[in-house]
Amino acid sequence: MSTIAKTLDLKGLSCPLPIVKTAQAVKELASGDLIEALATDPGSVADFTAWCKSTGHELVERSETGGVYRFVIKKK
Amino acid sequence: MAVEEATLEIPAHQHEEHKHDRLVIIAWSGDLDKVWPQMILATTGAAMGMQTTIFFTFWGLFSLVKNEKHITGENWMQKMVAMMDRPGMEHLKLGKMNFAGAGPAMMKKLAKEHNVASPGELLQMAVDMGVKLVPCQMTMDLLGLKREDMIDGLGEPAGATAMLLEAQDAVTLFI
Repeated sequence: MSTIAKTLDLKGLSCPLPIVKTAQAVKELASGDLIEALATDPGSVADFTAWCKSTGHELVERSETGGVYRFVIKKK
Repeated sequence: MAVEEATLEIPAHQHEEHKHDRLVIIAWSGDLDKVWPQMILATTGAAMGMQTTIFFTFWGLFSLVKNEKHITGENWMQKMVAMMDRPGMEHLKLGKMNFAGAGPAMMKKLAKEHNVASPGELLQMAVDMGVKLVPCQMTMDLLGLKREDMIDGLGEPAGATAMLLEAQDAVTLFI
């Protein structure tokens, strides 16, 4: 299991910022790196799924704890 | 706790073909409540890796005018338009419930409370993410807008033909 290269705190942010900020952060990473994104926007569940499908990055993990959604994405 | 399967499912064929990797937004409106989605969709398109262009035409051009510019235009009619409808991203009105500026002020306050980025912030992000901003040459002439009236980071002004060519095989939105 590789380690998380970067964690993004996107809590409190609304559409489209969680995705926009994730996209900007992923640009800085190398292929295969893992990035963790924490968001509270319920719309981010659908958005992160759609974003990974369209960009080809892999949504490795998707969970929710106490209203915080956690997404782990592996860069293409 | 696992999150339920997302409600938004992308049809498999669309995902595989990658047919729509470009987004063209025709930004026609200068209403705050339309400029906002213009900017949200442009930044999202860029985030999705789509090559994104916004073509600003008619009232849409007013959101590209520098905020500190009060009056634009060369003749009295063009100046009159700017006087009645002050250009600049910070001065946009709501299409509905404007109430002499109380509506936009309330909307901006609500947006701030909900951590929604302002159209101005989103425009800056769009520029940073490589979104192409193309002003319509004809409307610039019509409204007497000069390049120096407008913000930095704009592409060369273009016309309808260039834009329709750009829009071929792209996702196009008219807002």
